[in-house]
Amino acid sequence: MAYEDSYPAIRPIAPVTPRTARLLERLNRFPWWVIAVVLIALITARTIYLSETYLEAFRFIVAGLSVTMMTTLTAFLIALVIGLVTGMGRISQNILGRNIATLYVELIRGIPMLVLIFFIALVGVPTVVQLLNSFGHWLNALGFYSIAQPLVLLENKGVPMNVRAIIALAVTYGAFLAEVFRAGIQSIDRGQMEAARSQGMTYWQAMRYIILPQAIRNVLPALGNDFVSMLKDSSLVSVLAVRDITQVARLYAGQTFRYPEAYATLSVIYLSMTMLLSMLVKVLERRYHSHER
Amino acid sequence: MNDDGEMIVMRNVWKEFGTLQALRGVSLTVRQGTVLVIIGPSGSGKSTLLRCINRLEAPTHGEVWVDGQPVVADERKLPPLRAEIGMVFQHFNLYPHLSVLQNVTLAQQIVRKRSRQEAERIALEQLERVGIGDKAYNYPRQLSGGQQQRVAIARALAMNPKIMLFDEPTSALDPEMIKEVLDVMLMLAREGTTMVVVTHEMNFARAAADEVIFMDEGQIIEQGPPEQIFSSPRHERTQKFLSQIMV
Ligand SMILES: Nc1ncnc2c1ncn2[C@@H]1O[C@H](COP(=O)(O)OP(=O)(O)O)[C@@H](O)[C@H]1O
Ligand SMILES: [Mg+2]
Repeated sequence: MAYEDSYPAIRPIAPVTPRTARLLERLNRFPWWVIAVVLIALITARTIYLSETYLEAFRFIVAGLSVTMMTTLTAFLIALVIGLVTGMGRISQNILGRNIATLYVELIRGIPMLVLIFFIALVGVPTVVQLLNSFGHWLNALGFYSIAQPLVLLENKGVPMNVRAIIALAVTYGAFLAEVFRAGIQSIDRGQMEAARSQGMTYWQAMRYIILPQAIRNVLPALGNDFVSMLKDSSLVSVLAVRDITQVARLYAGQTFRYPEAYATLSVIYLSMTMLLSMLVKVLERRYHSHER
Repeated sequence: MNDDGEMIVMRNVWKEFGTLQALRGVSLTVRQGTVLVIIGPSGSGKSTLLRCINRLEAPTHGEVWVDGQPVVADERKLPPLRAEIGMVFQHFNLYPHLSVLQNVTLAQQIVRKRSRQEAERIALEQLERVGIGDKAYNYPRQLSGGQQQRVAIARALAMNPKIMLFDEPTSALDPEMIKEVLDVMLMLAREGTTMVVVTHEMNFARAAADEVIFMDEGQIIEQGPPEQIFSSPRHERTQKFLSQIMV
């Protein structure tokens, strides 16, 4: 027939063996983009290494690495505490606690992070310092001199920008992590709390021994991802002139006008850290899931 | 215990969820060492009644007394009272992050303030009693449904409760596992444990119950010894319900 004649190219293909099928499936699933990322990283590393100017930029910028890491780590640890407390507050029976927690979360969520960082560092911290001063004067009047003295002497100028940056990041991320913890707690079957309480545990004992251990385990991957986000968002503290890698890169670019060197190197440093951390989170997550079975 | 041997007394208990009336004036008495079986259609308020006894649910109205003590709203008085009332749930509600042994020891340690050694000794004793002493170091997810429910029973027993409450303990189980759980419950009944059991296992009720209550729409419709309820129910609703579940 004419039809068949006109399509000689369609020949019966050999039946797909299970082995080839599996191979095709694997090729299909393989994360090719990872190879691209690794290639980019390698090429950039080579460029940095071979080029005098890139190497100089790299050396200059890397000096900010410890500030970036310290800021991120400290702020994240504080945010974990704020988040856990706020997350529990969000679902508590206590009207006051629940509303304060919700107010905090909603306020933070409705303001851009850059604005929050300015606000907390330059308005929030001075306000708190002032409040502590007044509290110190009040204690002084009551005669608690030893407790009052450090509070009275506290000065807004005395709070370094690094500390303000950490406070700003922690307060901002505390609200995000609160939602993570809240979801984690709410994902635990109601029967768990009921079983614990039927045994005579108090609400807090049930939280501590039954609910939180399960909830926290469930949210570990989410927390890992938020840590990666925070590492990236820590670049925002450069607006406070904190000398993290972003700020140092900006200084370098400003002095030398070598923009490609400064910002390509900066990007690659962030990318290496976030990729590495993301992979770590994935590995931990997979290990946790295989442990489940 | 109070003089009359009354372990549980409910007087005119009402429970409303919004506009829904789950319990409408329930009164009952459970004497020490007796077994009360509660039957009734789904949604008739059986679970709510059980949960009002240890105040997992707060009655809207009425009084509950356990072992001569009023079960009141005071949050500080509730934990010690609840520790005296073991509860076994339809879906076991074991603590999945803890081993079987830890499931049974945890509340002993933090509520009963027993030392770890003592709690573990008692836990192993109770696990042995329900026939799964060899699973102490496994995790709940490694056990069959029947075994998990027996762990849940051991967990409740380890607190040395004065009363055991069972809320449809076998209805989430595969048929072949129902007997192993009922056998444990029967053993407890024969040993004189005060029990309130919501179940549709008629053979268990016949063998173990001192009294059977039939509930419908939040009220006790009929109550009496098992032979009477099952063989010659007086109320039409009881007859209809029994004919439905006997088929
Ligand atoms: N926490 C709750 N909130 C709202 N309604 C409830 C709640 N618990 C039970 N109910 C309702 O109360 C009625 C009685 O429920 P339940 O005691 O569980 O019945 P049973 O155990 O006999 O099936 C049902 O209509 C149920 O939907
Ligand atoms: Mg029920």
